[in-house]
Amino acid sequence: MPLVAILALAGVTYGFRLAGPLCRDRISIPPAATRVFADAATVLLIALAATSALTAGHGFAGWARPAGVLVAGILAARRAPFPVVVIAAAAVTTLLRLAGVH
Amino acid sequence: MGIVQRTDGSALLRDVALVCLADGIVGVSFGATAVAGGLPWWVPVAMSLLVFAGGAQIAAVGVVLAGGSPLAAVVAGGVLNTRMFPYGLAVADVVGPSTQAESNSAEAGGRTGWVRDWSARLFGAHVITDESVAFALRQTDPAVRRKAFWTCGASLFAAWNAAVAVGVVAGAMIKNTNAFGLDATFPAVMLALALPTLSEWRTRTAAGTGAAIAVALTPVLPAGLPVLAALGGLATIWRPRRRDGVGRFDADNAGGFDADGADGLLMGGEL
Repeated sequence: MPLVAILALAGVTYGFRLAGPLCRDRISIPPAATRVFADAATVLLIALAATSALTAGHGFAGWARPAGVLVAGILAARRAPFPVVVIAAAAVTTLLRLAGVH
Repeated sequence: MGIVQRTDGSALLRDVALVCLADGIVGVSFGATAVAGGLPWWVPVAMSLLVFAGGAQIAAVGVVLAGGSPLAAVVAGGVLNTRMFPYGLAVADVVGPSTQAESNSAEAGGRTGWVRDWSARLFGAHVITDESVAFALRQTDPAVRRKAFWTCGASLFAAWNAAVAVGVVAGAMIKNTNAFGLDATFPAVMLALALPTLSEWRTRTAAGTGAAIAVALTPVLPAGLPVLAALGGLATIWRPRRRDGVGRFDADNAGGFDADGADGLLMGGEL
């Protein structure tokens, strides 16, 4: 990841952050647009979760990783604390691999 | 949940510490995964200082580690961070100098006051995160709102960067993202971030469609592009709509926008 890409992402992010406080009295954004932003973020997160759980390179990642992510997802849906969710994902995946499931 | 509603300082500090701890674990995982995956140590460190948005950092590094182009990584992270704009509108009153300080500096008429006010505003904008906004929006009293925002924002900035540095050191020793199931933590974090936002069917449909598109295209497209193609899932909720409800985006809207995140904060987590 080149430095210029990090700077670009940092610049874009800071731009979004600073625009609010600077434009508060001058701008209006339609609630519909806000919902599209929020939906786009959700779609990206779920797509990233799915591809990074299921695939490695252009192929299948094996069973251990998606199984760990599935357990983490169930815990998250039940509102388990964040550290528990993260550690469960790693623990389940590791245990499955130790048991010979890859 | 009411955890953040208590206004005494010790309760605020305890709640902020809990959030810092939760995000710290993710930060360690982020630093370790990035370095163990082959990125130089300064990449996660620089991102954490300059981007300071966990979800976008994980997304961008995830794209790159999967072999995707830096451009795809920047687009994915940038789209995730569009939410910072409505956040900024919602907490504009507490980012930067207080009205008290403004009147003081106006009285003093000093150039130093002007510089100080703008420094506060510029750094305050940088620590706009899911967490600091959630803490601020749960308070009604302006002074407490300001204190909650700055306590959470500044603490989280310190904790996140320290945790990522620890992760970088750990990752340099591991040198294998599959060790300790580290490879499962990125997708788990992104899933945990997205779940509280899936309350509506329209969003679930779009996200499910997008995920199916991305997974189906992974074998055939260059890495990074399948995730961006997932945005095509938004087409499932596209309706020609009448132009209703077009109004100024105000703090009330922002409160609604953030309510789920604020509730999920200490339990489900947000980055």
